[in-house]
Formats: sequence, C-alpha cells, structure tokens
Amino acid sequence: MNNPQLNKKGELQHLLSTEGLPASIIRNILDRATSFVATAEGDEIKRVPLLHGKSVFNIFFENSTRTRTTFEIAAKRLAADVVNLNIGSSSTSKGETLLDTVDNLCAMHADMFVVRHAQSGAAHLIAQHVAPEVHVVNAGDGRHAHPTQALLDMFTIRHYKKEFHNLRVAIVGDILHSRVARSQIHALTTLGVPEVRVIAPKTLLPSMVEKLGVRVYHDMQEGLRDVDVVMMLRLQNERMQGALLPSAQEYFKYYGLTQEKLALAKEDAIVMHPGPMNRGVEIDSSVADGSNSVILPQVTFGIAVRMAVMSMLAGAK
Amino acid sequence: MKIHIKNGRLIDPRNQIDAQCDAFIADKRIAAIGVPPEGFVADQVIDASGLIVIPGLVDAAARLREPGYEYKATLESEMAAAVAGGVTSLACPPDTDPPLDEPGLVEMLKHRARSLSLCRVFPVGALTRGLEGCELTEMAELTDAGCKAFSQADAPLTDTRVLLRAMQYAATFGYSVWLRPQDSFIAKDGVAHDGEVATRLGLPSIPVVAETIALSTMLHLARETGARLHVCRLSSAAGVELVRAAKREGLALTCDVSMNHIHLSEMDIGFFNANCRLSPPLRSLRDRAALRAGLLDGTIDIICSNHSPVDEDAKQLPFAEAEAGATGMELLLPLVLKWAEQDGMPLLEAMKLVTVNPAQLLGQKVGYLSVGAHADICIFDPEATWVVEPAALKSQGKNSPFLGYEVRGRVRYTLVEGQVAYQA
Repeated sequence: MNNPQLNKKGELQHLLSTEGLPASIIRNILDRATSFVATAEGDEIKRVPLLHGKSVFNIFFENSTRTRTTFEIAAKRLAADVVNLNIGSSSTSKGETLLDTVDNLCAMHADMFVVRHAQSGAAHLIAQHVAPEVHVVNAGDGRHAHPTQALLDMFTIRHYKKEFHNLRVAIVGDILHSRVARSQIHALTTLGVPEVRVIAPKTLLPSMVEKLGVRVYHDMQEGLRDVDVVMMLRLQNERMQGALLPSAQEYFKYYGLTQEKLALAKEDAIVMHPGPMNRGVEIDSSVADGSNSVILPQVTFGIAVRMAVMSMLAGAK
Repeated sequence: MKIHIKNGRLIDPRNQIDAQCDAFIADKRIAAIGVPPEGFVADQVIDASGLIVIPGLVDAAARLREPGYEYKATLESEMAAAVAGGVTSLACPPDTDPPLDEPGLVEMLKHRARSLSLCRVFPVGALTRGLEGCELTEMAELTDAGCKAFSQADAPLTDTRVLLRAMQYAATFGYSVWLRPQDSFIAKDGVAHDGEVATRLGLPSIPVVAETIALSTMLHLARETGARLHVCRLSSAAGVELVRAAKREGLALTCDVSMNHIHLSEMDIGFFNANCRLSPPLRSLRDRAALRAGLLDGTIDIICSNHSPVDEDAKQLPFAEAEAGATGMELLLPLVLKWAEQDGMPLLEAMKLVTVNPAQLLGQKVGYLSVGAHADICIFDPEATWVVEPAALKSQGKNSPFLGYEVRGRVRYTLVEGQVAYQA
C-alpha cells in the first residue's frame, strides 16, 4: 500500500499521521525545529520568511484554541498569509460537504490546509482530493491521529532526555478516544523507544492495543515504576456517560497523576500533557506546576515544530 | 420462441449434471436437456461453445432502492444490473422508504418489476411495522401480496419480547424469518470490526460479541417457537461456530454470507477506503477463513451479493460518515467463481450456493434446469476477464471494494422465462 503522505521521491507531501513516517523524516523535522526554537522563544518575534507568498488555510471543523493558535503563529512567523476558518459543525447542516468546502478554498488558491475534524480519516480524504501542489497537515482527525502534537512531544522528550533508545515511557489515560496517544505511540516506537507503556482501565483501551507495540498496565502504580517520561492524556467529561467510567473522583483516585504516584517514576522523569488540562481529574495541580512538569515548554516547542513541518512541506530548504 | 443452446458445458447442481450437453427451450420452459424433443425447430440458436450454461443465479439479498431511494438506484438500473450479472431471481430486503410493511407497497413493487420484465423479484416483507421493532406487520396479508419471507433488514429489533412474538406469529403460518444478528447496543456507532485496524485508525468499532449475542438470542427463540430461521450475513468465526453447533443439534435453520466477506477483511480498509464501509463490518483474516470453512462444510448455505447501491456523495465522506454498502450483483458470479477456484470447490457444488439453495430458501421453483422448469438461464464465459470499474457496471451504484480488480467470468447471455434478457 502506498504511503499517502510521501511523494514518489519519498519526501513529505502531507503530514497525516506519525504511522508510517520514516524515522529519518521525523528526525529531520526535529532538527529543523531546533533551528526555529530561538526564533520561537525570542522576545521579539523574528520572522523566517520561508513561506512568503504562500496561503495557509486553517480549517477547523472542531473547536480548538491552542492548536489553531500555535499553527497560526507558526505560519505567520514563516511569513505565510494565514486564513482561519472555524467551521464547527454548522456547515454540514447547511448542506456543504467536507470536500465542497475544500474545493471552494482550493479555488481561493490555498497552498496548504491545516485541518481538524471530528471524524477519523478526514485529513486523508482531503489529501486524496486536493491537487498535487497542495499540502495537508492533519491537526487532529477523530480518534485517529494528531501528528504535530506527537512530534512536539518527541521534540520535548529529546530536549530533556537527549536520546530515545534508553527510555521507558508511560502514556496514561483515555487511550481509546485519543488521537494524541495513537500518534505518540507510533512516533515513540519509530524513534526506537524500547518500552512504551499504556496505563488505563479496560474501558478506555482499544482492543488489541498491544499490536501497536505497547505494554498494557491497568495498575498505575505498577505502570509508572521507573519510567523516564509520563505522558498524561486529557479526560473528556463526556466519558462519564456511556458507562465508561463511574465518576471523575474515582478516576482521579486510580488514574490521576499525584506526587505520590509520580514518586514511583525515575527521579528525573518528565511529565507531559497535551492540554487543555483538567486539574484534579487526570492530574493534580502540584504535579502540573511542579518541577518535573514540562507542560509549558511543550507549548513553546509546538510552534517551532509546526514551523518545521510547514516549511518542510512547502519544500523550503 | 424456441431456443436451442448448443455446445455448452451445462452445470445444474440440483440434477447433479455437469456435462457437455445442449438445452432446448420452448414456451418459456425447459423443453429438453441433451436430446431435442421430437419435431423441435429452433427460432434462435445460441452457440455456447467454450461457455458454461447454469441456472440463472438467485440472489438472496439485493436492494433495488425503490421505493424512496431513487437517487441511489431505480428498478430499471438495478434489474438491468441483475441480468447483466446473470441473476434471474432476487430477494429484496424491506428497508425501502417507506419500508415494505403494507400489502399495497409490495403489490406496487411487484407490478413495477413485472412491467420491466427483466428478472424475478421476490420481496421480503418487514417483520415489524416501519421496521421499528414494536408492532407486528400483517404477515399473512403481506404474503398474499407476494412477500416470501419477513425480515428486519439492518434495522434493530431490541425488544426480545417483540422478537419472540414475531417468530411465534410467523411460525403459525410457516413463514420464514430472516434476521441479521447484531446487538444494537454493543454495535452502537460502530463502523469497523473491533480489532487491529479499527484500533490503528481510531474508528468506532463493532465487536464480534455483537453478532454472537444476537445470534444466540435468535437460536434460542427459534428453538422455542419452531420458526423457520434464516441467519443473514454471518461475519465472524464465532458466529459460524454457533450456527454449526445449532445445525448439528438438529435445529432447522439456514444461513448466508455476503460475497464481500469471503474475499475481504478489515485489512482492506487500508487508509480509510470508504468502499470497504460495509454492514456487517469486514472482520479479521481469521474470521474470513472461518466463513470459508463454513461454506466448505455446509454450515453456510448461501452466498449473496448483499447488493446495496449507494450514491457517490454518500461515499465521499470520512469513513465513519460514509454510508455502508456496495454494489454487487454484477460481481456475484465472478466472485463465487474466484472463491470456488481458490478453495478447490467443484463448480457443481459451488453453484448450489447461488442457485438451488437460495431458491429453496425462497420456496420458489427456480434455480434448476429440469424439463418443465422455468427457462431462467445464465450462460457465461469462464475464461473472460474484465476490470471492475464504474463504466463496466450497469448498476447505478458505482461503489465497490473491488474497483480496480481484474475478475474472471463474464456473462454472455441471461435468459429469463425463455427470453434473452441480456446479451454481451
């Protein structure tokens, strides 16, 4: 099967998923992002005009503040023209299909789409549909993938841990519904992390998750023992419906990250979270704001990583 | 009209014939096999040299989309597709709009189908009013209007008391009840098999227990009521095992599988191929192997096309939003031939599953070539290959998981009631 995100020369054509992304391309993105970090962290906003004259359309069929904003900042720092469209769920009720919307925007000469959609596979559908000179970045599709989040997580891990081949990483929480978790797992295993653990109750794990190359833990204390990285996931409030969980209180007691549980991990373990956090549901405030937390640097790195992805797609050297 | 079909290899499973022999048709019926009747003068001679002559196929599940979904397909387009696929009789499920729950609707459908005089259409009536799973339909009236069985199609029937009573009532008159086993609570919102692929792609899933729970319920109720149960669209290894055990114990039931499920698996979804969005979902390779084993040992009686034409727009959507279904009648013969070849099933045996077995299920005197039988015949070239592509299909539905596949087996003539209904 052809990898739909690479062109015939094996270069990145779209960023749809971390699955099937060669390690060399991931490393390239991380290296390139390193060169942007100074730019991203600088007091004055430096512009690297690699996308000058290009139009980037952020089309968000699902609400998001953080991801859309960081994409917007990243595109602007690359000197692209940025158009934000918050389409929400209303456009489908007006009768316009996803591909109609995309066709209309293509007619406005979009060079790149950054897409978020509630359905798994939406970004693939758009990527198959657009002309070959148009690039698609998946900013989250259903439960499937959120590759830029995973890449910024890899950047963060590399920043603090330097290497991947000697790490034990635990991903904790709602794996079943999480596109972030899926993308993290593929990125971590591709980069050679020898042990990726997932920690969750059975109702929040997809079937045969071990086929993705992870070890499954239901007991958080056991799962956190001696890990180098703890990646927490957001727990949506609606999970209390549909008989997935009894209550947020019980969830926090057994799967919330507290100082006591974190103490089981390595002393220098880093704690990550893709945001937005539910303090007191999946993570205790003292951990979120504590010395092991790298949650805010993740956000900063996110801009650099998204600059790297967009400039690489645009073919800029 | 007298027709002489000469030089063909004639395969008739019911009469256990697989031989080079001619067929003679007169007055809409088979007049003779082998030797012409005395004084027979043909008006038309069909040279079937190198071709295979079989009873017209009987498709146990083909949606024609009328009434109500004419934007997806019409009787004209789908009956043309039927005869192009060598299908001379088909059973259409009741999930039209409105559903086939009133005698008037069934009569209208029969009338429309008859006026087109292409293939035979046997409506399957709704088991409950509006397929809503609450009240029984007038099954006896519907039978008088032409229904051959009763079904919920893919609509859920969650209230087991209603199901018990529907089966009791059907059993009173000896009607056949066709049910697709799927627990609607467990399957809620699911679009793919609960396994490796759904996990990888992040698709809401349907576990195998959704099938086995519903199937167990049906089997218990069939034992209890004595209703004639036909299990539709089996999809899992565990489901095959339940049916096998029930048959071994002596329960009189039949069951079918769609041609898609004996060739494809969840792996074919690839990167969200909406043409593989089917109901029931494509399951694992292990399940596919079990379905094939079930065909070989007779656990599964029938292969159907589960023909469900879908309009193009309904497939140009993210996988979970795409409508389930695929066109199929024109692929039924090639895909059954492909399966028979792969699994070493003699054609004489394989053809049972698409002729005499579904005909028996419908209680119709079709699907065989005895003297005096309806002259419903399919003549095909077993060596001709063709590529499945939209332009090659008569069906208004152009969506198929097999698009781009090269298949072997091409229908050359389809005769219905002694008339050539299709020729290529």
